[in-house]
Amino acid sequence: MIAWTIYLTFGGAVLSLLLPRRCARWIALLTTIAGLALGMIVFVGTPIPDLAHFTTIVRVPWVPALGMNYHLALDGVSLTMVLVTGISAVSTVLFSWDVEHRQNEFFFWLLLVVAGCYGVFLSADLFLLFVFYELVIVPKYFLIAIFGSTNKEYGAMKLTLYSFFGGMFVFVGILIAYVSGGSLDLNQLSQFEFSPQLQSWAFPVLFLGFAVLAGIWPLHTWAPTGHAAAPTAGSMLLAGIVMKLGSYAALRVAMNLFPQGFQMWNKWIAVLAVVGIVYAAAVALRQRDLKFVIGYSSVSHMGFVLLGFATANALGVSGAVLQMFSHGVIAALLFAVAGRMIYRRTHTRELDALSGMNLSHAMPFAAFTFVVAAAASMGIPGFSGFAAEITILIGAWKTYPLAVWIAGAGMVLVAAFTLRALTQSFFGEKRVQAEVTTVTSLNWEEFNPITIPEKIGAGMLMLTTVAVGVYPKLMLDRIMPAVEMMRFLK
Amino acid sequence: MSYLELLKLASPEAVVVLTALVALSIGFLAKRATSACAFVAGLGLIIAIGAVLLLPSNETLFGGMLVISPLTSLFKIICLALAFFTILLTQAEKAPRHPGEYLALVLLATVGLMLLVGSEELLMIFIGLELLGLSLYVLAAFDKIDGRSAEAGLKYFLFGSMSSAFTLFGISLVYGMTGATGLAAISTKLATTPVQPLLAVGIVMTLVGFAFKIAAAPFHLWAPDAYQGAPVPSAAFIASGSKVASFLVLGKIVLIGFAPVHGSAGWHAMVAGWSPVLAALAALSIVIGNLVALAQSNVRRLLAYSAVAHAGYTLIGFVAGDREGFSAALFYTTVYAITLVGAFGVVGVVRRETGGDDFSNFSGLVSRSPLLAGCMAIFMLSLAGIPPLAGFFGKFYLFSAALHAGANHALLWLVALGLIGSFVSLYYYLLVLKAIFVDASSVAVAEPMKRMRYDSLQGATVTLLAAAVVLLGVMPNVLASRILAAIP
Repeated sequence: MIAWTIYLTFGGAVLSLLLPRRCARWIALLTTIAGLALGMIVFVGTPIPDLAHFTTIVRVPWVPALGMNYHLALDGVSLTMVLVTGISAVSTVLFSWDVEHRQNEFFFWLLLVVAGCYGVFLSADLFLLFVFYELVIVPKYFLIAIFGSTNKEYGAMKLTLYSFFGGMFVFVGILIAYVSGGSLDLNQLSQFEFSPQLQSWAFPVLFLGFAVLAGIWPLHTWAPTGHAAAPTAGSMLLAGIVMKLGSYAALRVAMNLFPQGFQMWNKWIAVLAVVGIVYAAAVALRQRDLKFVIGYSSVSHMGFVLLGFATANALGVSGAVLQMFSHGVIAALLFAVAGRMIYRRTHTRELDALSGMNLSHAMPFAAFTFVVAAAASMGIPGFSGFAAEITILIGAWKTYPLAVWIAGAGMVLVAAFTLRALTQSFFGEKRVQAEVTTVTSLNWEEFNPITIPEKIGAGMLMLTTVAVGVYPKLMLDRIMPAVEMMRFLK
Repeated sequence: MSYLELLKLASPEAVVVLTALVALSIGFLAKRATSACAFVAGLGLIIAIGAVLLLPSNETLFGGMLVISPLTSLFKIICLALAFFTILLTQAEKAPRHPGEYLALVLLATVGLMLLVGSEELLMIFIGLELLGLSLYVLAAFDKIDGRSAEAGLKYFLFGSMSSAFTLFGISLVYGMTGATGLAAISTKLATTPVQPLLAVGIVMTLVGFAFKIAAAPFHLWAPDAYQGAPVPSAAFIASGSKVASFLVLGKIVLIGFAPVHGSAGWHAMVAGWSPVLAALAALSIVIGNLVALAQSNVRRLLAYSAVAHAGYTLIGFVAGDREGFSAALFYTTVYAITLVGAFGVVGVVRRETGGDDFSNFSGLVSRSPLLAGCMAIFMLSLAGIPPLAGFFGKFYLFSAALHAGANHALLWLVALGLIGSFVSLYYYLLVLKAIFVDASSVAVAEPMKRMRYDSLQGATVTLLAAAVVLLGVMPNVLASRILAAIP
């Protein structure tokens, strides 16, 4: 049944392109809600033991001569990712409710990204996974280049080229796995013993290729630029789900197929992850553009995911998967506030300009949302970010105690830049207002009120992060068994 | 064998020749009967496809001069279909001056393609090459008022006749050393005799002629001018039908005729033979084609340089040198041909409506004609190798075949080069799409947003080709399994 998330979303994309303008957003909303509903039903309806194995849902021969199958499968990890895709997609459509410019095209590209993401998370065939993986990238280019804001063409091109740069390595890695292992089936390949010599170089090729999309340091620079250039919906999808494609595929493909290669390289992954966490947080501290702050925070949070992977124990990797879920929600929320609630109304994202506007009075709901999102992002207990990061750090303590100390320092930096962004954007002092009003002649009383779709979207995301934060067992119960089945842990 | 029987086996070629004559006479009788000529030509091609379907499945005449096999029949159909689409494209042009002659030349070139496809004998192949070449030289220079067209024709002719001379010389050397012109006979002879320097010269010279036809670097210099200057349908035919047939014949010559002197192009295991030669051509084409394409601002010129790169990718399949590699190369070149005919279809309309084919003429195409813009996006993305389009599967098939070939991933260096090349190519294909989808129309600034005018036939042609590209990407098995099954 969960396979219908893919078909419905592709169908919705085509429909929203072909039907009249007015229908586009409704179709987008309906398809994304349907996708989320399917995810929820399967989440509730599947018994937990069934989620331990990567169980086949659909398997149809595709190109028999090359051993390609249209093969979808599901386990706890992919179900978690499908769910976060559904949540982000619905809220993204809600936050794009008033897109007027080339509406049909906008929702077409948007749904194409969502459909591709569902596809990656459910693929059990290497070729199929790569098809969906690359399919996501081009729509992102158009979403950003056509509908974006600051420096959009540069940001879009940079993001696309970085993604395909990673894709090139992934292609080599996949070909090697296919030619040496003689199959494209992920379940079959994960039983195959590749020679250690092959694994020692194929693993880093494949892992790094995927990790580019996950924003690994030092190949992360596309992320802040791309996020800042993208329209709100673009940034929400990009930070919310697309970056997770990279980390998910790194886990599902690179680590699972080449476990010995992973053993050889995992300390280096830990090093890159920790550097990424601290470096991105430090850079975020100095940004003036609110979206750049959030963009770097995404890189920092994705560093935790990679650190979780590098621990190579069930706890750390499960925490990493939970972090993917949690960050998907939190990043969407942060970008929604920055791009939609603030930028659409004030037409600026400069922290200096915002600090004079006293936005907490102008937009109390936006301020509330941002406080919640910031708290979740900082890792305050009770929100999903805390649950995920603490699990990762406990996992990491067993393997790399030093990394925990440095990552802990990174968390302090995260708190610092988040608080800075929060105070400057919403709780700035009035003293500079005179100056600002003369420059921009803005009167906050004229700001449009926060609309109903925005409230629903924000409410949904906040609810999710709190629910998972209060009761992380809900997700971890499903993630842990699936992670424990993976080969690299044995 | 009676003449009647021969005529039966050569019926597709005969039908096309007759059609050419009929189209020519209609052109003489009624000077402006463009659509009548085109109708006759199209009908003739469809009948020829029917005739191919009626052929027996296996037959070899005169020591390989005329070979009928599932492979030749399949590719005769593909060539006829490409010619058919080329004729549809001619309808998009402003009424040409001599429609009868133009279409007759296209049909004669098609006969050349069919002779090439259906022969496994060097002399017959040479005759096919010349028939094809001479028709295409005239087709390239057909627009007599346009200086660029004359330039295209002249350059194509000079380079082409030079390389024909090389090929003929090469063939004569091969004949001198082996005493045979049939590919199978050459192969058996080569298997028993050691390779002599003179024979090596013969083989390399034969390959040079084909490297010219497929526009592989460094024999590509004619391509940019021919693609840019020739009338759009001629350019489309040069880029599609001529390419497909040349690749098929090149494959047959090296894989059947020269099979015993394959050599090896592996990284640390180079062995003299034709495969290192082709590997060098492939590597050079990928690098030169992609790098020079980066600097282009004219869509047709860009397509020409990208064609050089694509020839390089396709050659990788031959370097692999087995059945799978051959099949992958044929799949890739077929898909490429379909894509390029479609892309030239869009270019033709844009050129007619805006008077040029630079990036600036394409800017804002999405608001002027969403259909054409969408189709062009499909063609460009397929060329760049983006899933789920046919070009992506083609690349995957090619590269996996190349890795399967030598032991220990010997051809990984070539595959890596191909992947780097297609990464670079993505940038310039995106530039075309950026002009179409993102840039505001500079033409529209001058005059109010005018919708592109094109009749339903052109729209349908381009849409059909775009649909084929998508379909072959989603269900590659339709074509791939046929090609694989047809290769013995």
